[in-house]
Amino acid sequence: MIFHTPALYSLYMAGSSLMALRPVDLAIIALYFVLVLGLGLYLRKFANTGEEFFMAGREMTAWIAGLSFISANLGSLEMMGYAAATYQYGILIGHAYWLAAIPAILFLSLVMLPFYYICKTHSVPGYLQLRYGEGARSVSAVSFAVMTILMSGINMYSMAIIMKVILGWNIHFSIWISSLTVGIYVMAGGLLSAIFNEVLQFMLIWAGCLVIPIAGLIETGGWSGMVHRISQNFPGQDFTHMWRTMGSAANNPMGVHWTGMVFGWGIAISFGYWTTDFLVVQRVMAAKDLRSAQMGTLIGGFFKMLVPLIVIVPGLLALAVLPFKLVPESMVNVAGAHTYNEALPLMLARYCGPGLLGLGVTALIAGFMSGMAGNVSAFATVWTYDIYKPLIRKTANDAHYLSMGRWCTLLGVIVSIGTAYLVMNFSSIIVYAQALFVFFIVPMFGTVVLGMMWKRTTPAAGFWGLLTGILFSCSLWLWVKFDPSALRYVAFSPHAKDMAENVYRAMWTLIVNVVVTVVVTLFTTPKPEKELAGLVYGLTPVPSMGDLPIFKRPVVWAAALGVAFVILNIIFW
Amino acid sequence: MSLKGMLSIWFFVGCLLTIYGLLILIAGIQDYSSQQTAGYVLPGLHLQVWWGVGLFIMGCVYVVRFRPRRTK
Repeated sequence: MIFHTPALYSLYMAGSSLMALRPVDLAIIALYFVLVLGLGLYLRKFANTGEEFFMAGREMTAWIAGLSFISANLGSLEMMGYAAATYQYGILIGHAYWLAAIPAILFLSLVMLPFYYICKTHSVPGYLQLRYGEGARSVSAVSFAVMTILMSGINMYSMAIIMKVILGWNIHFSIWISSLTVGIYVMAGGLLSAIFNEVLQFMLIWAGCLVIPIAGLIETGGWSGMVHRISQNFPGQDFTHMWRTMGSAANNPMGVHWTGMVFGWGIAISFGYWTTDFLVVQRVMAAKDLRSAQMGTLIGGFFKMLVPLIVIVPGLLALAVLPFKLVPESMVNVAGAHTYNEALPLMLARYCGPGLLGLGVTALIAGFMSGMAGNVSAFATVWTYDIYKPLIRKTANDAHYLSMGRWCTLLGVIVSIGTAYLVMNFSSIIVYAQALFVFFIVPMFGTVVLGMMWKRTTPAAGFWGLLTGILFSCSLWLWVKFDPSALRYVAFSPHAKDMAENVYRAMWTLIVNVVVTVVVTLFTTPKPEKELAGLVYGLTPVPSMGDLPIFKRPVVWAAALGVAFVILNIIFW
Repeated sequence: MSLKGMLSIWFFVGCLLTIYGLLILIAGIQDYSSQQTAGYVLPGLHLQVWWGVGLFIMGCVYVVRFRPRRTK
């Protein structure tokens, strides 16, 4: 959820190239493209109905659903962005993987998934339709469709820029080759293709990037050696503690107080993203049964906790070992200067010889392509089931909707290419897309969770709460954009950095969404209870897992995940 | 329909890791035996060789464990 693409654009304009690949590296990259295309064509024969194409037949095991769930959030844009942010803000960025993920993942697994799974909806907007009616579904579906397609184009464009910067590849070549590949394999196999490629991407990212922390920690003499070098390179600054510096916004490089971190990032953004962003939730909804869906989510949670090893540690290692200092994007034109965004590629180039370099670059390409595929497959589902079916053609057979899904996958890819070129000419669009993307899902969380937990919540409240939350979020963003001094009200500090502003804006958005939903509920008529069966807590019989051995119960693994989360926070306090 | 009869994703993962392991191992051995100056730090660790061997073994395990079998 952090994007530095405008800066990447600056890098592209600077015209530098970081690495030179050898034939073995190119062979590794080419092999990846051959495999994903072959896999897509092979999976086509297993995607013959709407359920199979859009929901992978709901037959995924816990492991596959879990790895796919976590891979959907492990794109290259996030990896490079968070490594860059670690160079700027230090280990505080690790909260993205722990505080801003694990509690929400636990909540999704234990509390929300049973409702999503039992009502057998195809999507999160689909749940809103069952709970609140067409109004709420239409608002969320249209916003989501626009956002996914924008994000797919931004992923495509970012990949092209990075390939240009790192390897000197032609930008149009990268856009077309990646989009054609993604278009072919998602059109052929639907969600099944997207999930398989995400599992592949997960393995590649670990195989390609784990070499950095291992080699880096050997070079620096372990964790304490790395911390010592950082304190030598940046005297007086604390880059290696997660909570100790958050008593005051002025004491940490991000300019955020712990309240913003906990309530803004840890609750509003995190719960919104992990529990209601259909792109990630769709993966576990494709599991073969409720237990697999819950266990898949928890498996994803365990791996999520390990991701800092390949993202945060490389950022810290860059602080420790690079003989020069990385600079902000505004200084990209300084001769020989490297920007924050180059932290991860620089570390890759530092430790990887021929072959390993190709593997690392393939991991980045896989991350981008899988990000595109995830967005395009989610777009196809939401368009077909939440826009086309209810608003355009209500009565058609399954074959028709399947065909629509395949064609709108192609349409999604074509529109994404258009978006990529649009972004190329108007790079500031990314800034708007990011704000809208992040703050569309925050009010969605308030609306969904109130609908699930409080049977009194009315359809009118769901609609107005969601719409008001989205509009308020946009207004707040515009206020700060046109009057930067408003930052002292929005983020409680005139010195708040972009990320601090984001977390506070999310917090206010959630508060407004919840207040509006509650107030409207009190003045409008709720749905009869019999219409809420399977959708609301207290009216939904959740299958008992009492007869399962203890080590197979999701609640036991959830407790283990929770304990590990607490221990890690204490260790890196 | 069901996904019965479909090759496991882990089989594909195994194939890819095996080939990648082999390619990286060969590149590592070539790099080790050549007299050229390495363009990266810690060349003495021979990371490519170790990484190549590790990926190759892991890939083989996945290929064997999830290979296609005849169903009765």
